[in-house]
Amino acid sequence: MAAQIFSAIFVIIVGVGGCVAYFWGANKALDTIFPSRGVSGSAAVDNLRRQGLIRPWLFVGPAMIILTIYLIYPVVETLRLSFLDRGGASFVGFANYEWAFGDREFRNSILNNIVWLAVVPAACTFLGLIIAVLTDKIWWGTIAKSLIFLPLAISFVGASVIWKFIYEYRGEGQVQIGLLNAIIQYFGGQPQVWISLPFWNNFFLMVILIWIQTGFAMVILSSALRGIPEETIEAAVIDGANPFQIFWKIMVPQIWGTIAVVWTTITILVLKVFDIVLTMTNGQWNSQVLANLMFDWMFRGGGDFGRGATIAIIIMIAVIPIMVWNIRQANKETGGH
Amino acid sequence: MAASTGKSFASRFGVHIAVLIFVAIWTVPTLGILVSSLRDKDQIIASGWWNSFASSSQTGAGRLPAASAQVEKDGKFVIAGNIFGDGAKRDISAFGVKSAAPTQYPAGSTADLGDGVTLQVNADGSFVLASPKAFEGDRGQRVYFASSAPPKFTTDNYKTVLFSEGIGRSFMNSLTVTIPATVIPILIAAFAAYALAWMRFPGRALLIAVIIGLLVVPLQMSLIPLLKLYNGVGSFFGVPSKTYLGIWLAHTGFGLPFAIYLLRSYIAGLPREIMESARIDGASDFEIFVKIVLPLSFPVLASFAIFQFLWVWNDLLVAMVFLGTEADQIVLTAKLNALLGSRGGDWEILTTSAFVTIIVPLIVFFSLQRYFVRGLLAGSVKGG
Repeated sequence: MAAQIFSAIFVIIVGVGGCVAYFWGANKALDTIFPSRGVSGSAAVDNLRRQGLIRPWLFVGPAMIILTIYLIYPVVETLRLSFLDRGGASFVGFANYEWAFGDREFRNSILNNIVWLAVVPAACTFLGLIIAVLTDKIWWGTIAKSLIFLPLAISFVGASVIWKFIYEYRGEGQVQIGLLNAIIQYFGGQPQVWISLPFWNNFFLMVILIWIQTGFAMVILSSALRGIPEETIEAAVIDGANPFQIFWKIMVPQIWGTIAVVWTTITILVLKVFDIVLTMTNGQWNSQVLANLMFDWMFRGGGDFGRGATIAIIIMIAVIPIMVWNIRQANKETGGH
Repeated sequence: MAASTGKSFASRFGVHIAVLIFVAIWTVPTLGILVSSLRDKDQIIASGWWNSFASSSQTGAGRLPAASAQVEKDGKFVIAGNIFGDGAKRDISAFGVKSAAPTQYPAGSTADLGDGVTLQVNADGSFVLASPKAFEGDRGQRVYFASSAPPKFTTDNYKTVLFSEGIGRSFMNSLTVTIPATVIPILIAAFAAYALAWMRFPGRALLIAVIIGLLVVPLQMSLIPLLKLYNGVGSFFGVPSKTYLGIWLAHTGFGLPFAIYLLRSYIAGLPREIMESARIDGASDFEIFVKIVLPLSFPVLASFAIFQFLWVWNDLLVAMVFLGTEADQIVLTAKLNALLGSRGGDWEILTTSAFVTIIVPLIVFFSLQRYFVRGLLAGSVKGG
């Protein structure tokens, strides 16, 4: 283990040092090749111009190379692979897509994903908004927000263990050590194996993501609420509006843009949800989702890259409308800067 | 804000209660594994963790010593001792000699086992088995009992998972992955962000648009081509395809769009006058970046660092694709996932391992929450 620590430290130094050396060295080289100081006026102007042409590319170069290898090339390659067979050797046309829409497991995943999309962003945004409004009104609101925000720092796997413990099932009549079944049994109900109840188990998995993401929605919406001009609310109060009217008619419309941002951000996350399903059920009991199905096909029976790529493309297609919206929104914010 | 007007005591009270309920729902699950990880492993399955401060009761069984332990006393043959031996003492409430009736006799009473044989078991576990005839055989009398144990908290679970379940090693692996995968993208993104914010060059607007577009490319798109690429590079150069270097670069690539986006919007907002006066003084872009932009950007660099750190530390998908599952490479999240499969019902292992995996994010989160929130706000509602 000590050797590992040393090698890690060594590599951190080499990696970071390499980055620093590149940026420093490349700039130094540019200044040396096209000197702008200590040369005659017109030559200095020429060299400054040349520097100005080259230097930006020294700055963005590493980022461009890495983005090309790790994101741009894979998008193109995944598209290509989705038209090839499992090993990527021969062209099969749309066979993978035809397989997907005929596959029972795939259709089940699509259905589950739609349910996830319908429930999780709405629940997170709604709960986040409620909590943001409520915590604004009390003196210990900051502490409350911190605690509700806390699950955002927990990994999906960790959260899955936490909730699996809550859903834990023991036979009827035995001592229930899972909180949910203990409560059910306390009130005279029947303990259930929650994560294997077809269809409803989806909701028990969704609870985990809602539990994690509500804090995110709350923090963003809370700061938007603080930005609402005081006068608009005072005016409504003078006009005799009750708290619900103030909330729905004055506050919500003013933070509509932020609500949309929170909603779409969580939507994108939901489309990629993987860890929770893998660790809780691994797609059993009809709880499969696209991202986990894709991971499954990457390695199933030695890996079927054609089908895996096809599922990835379908996830991508689902994300595109949101992506377009996000780019527009970002452009609007920076004013076409 | 909106609330300060015309509010009755009841509705103010209602707000406190409502928030309290939300806080409870959001903290109790985590509290559950923290408490459980500190409990004795027998008690975890004997009672719910919310009862962990009460005594836990369970039914046990034991065998009394065989005939060789008997002593003759006042014309009777007696075997005496303690059911628990030298082990942990529990409080016995009732006992019995048949498995069908394990709590037939209350503690302290004397049971008649027939043929004049009597057995007395006391609450502290001491017993006296007496008979007018000598005991025979090498198997002692079977005794069942209901007992309760005082709450017992221990750090043994942590010792077990850290040193014999491999969680300690995985902890190191996670650090080895996370630190470089946090530092490298910061440097690369900071330079790119500065160029995109303050330098003029053809294609800049296009580059910005591409980076914003890449922000939401699902990770899933990259996995298969990169896996193939890594396998290809690995076999071409005869090196392993699953390496720490590989996952550092992968995390760098996946983190870069957000890093550049976040840093650019911050750096673009720095006051123009500072840059221009520095430029008039003859400073080059490199000098301006290092001496002015980097120090001024510290808050946003910290925000991104926390983001990336938490993201990499908590990641399971990338680690499962680009790292091996052997002890020298498996990270905490992957290890926890493996334990869920192999140690499914052993909650003392699972809760403790889970707590070890979440403790670092929690510390980072609580100590640097300010920067984390700022990053979230900048990333989502910039100018909103």
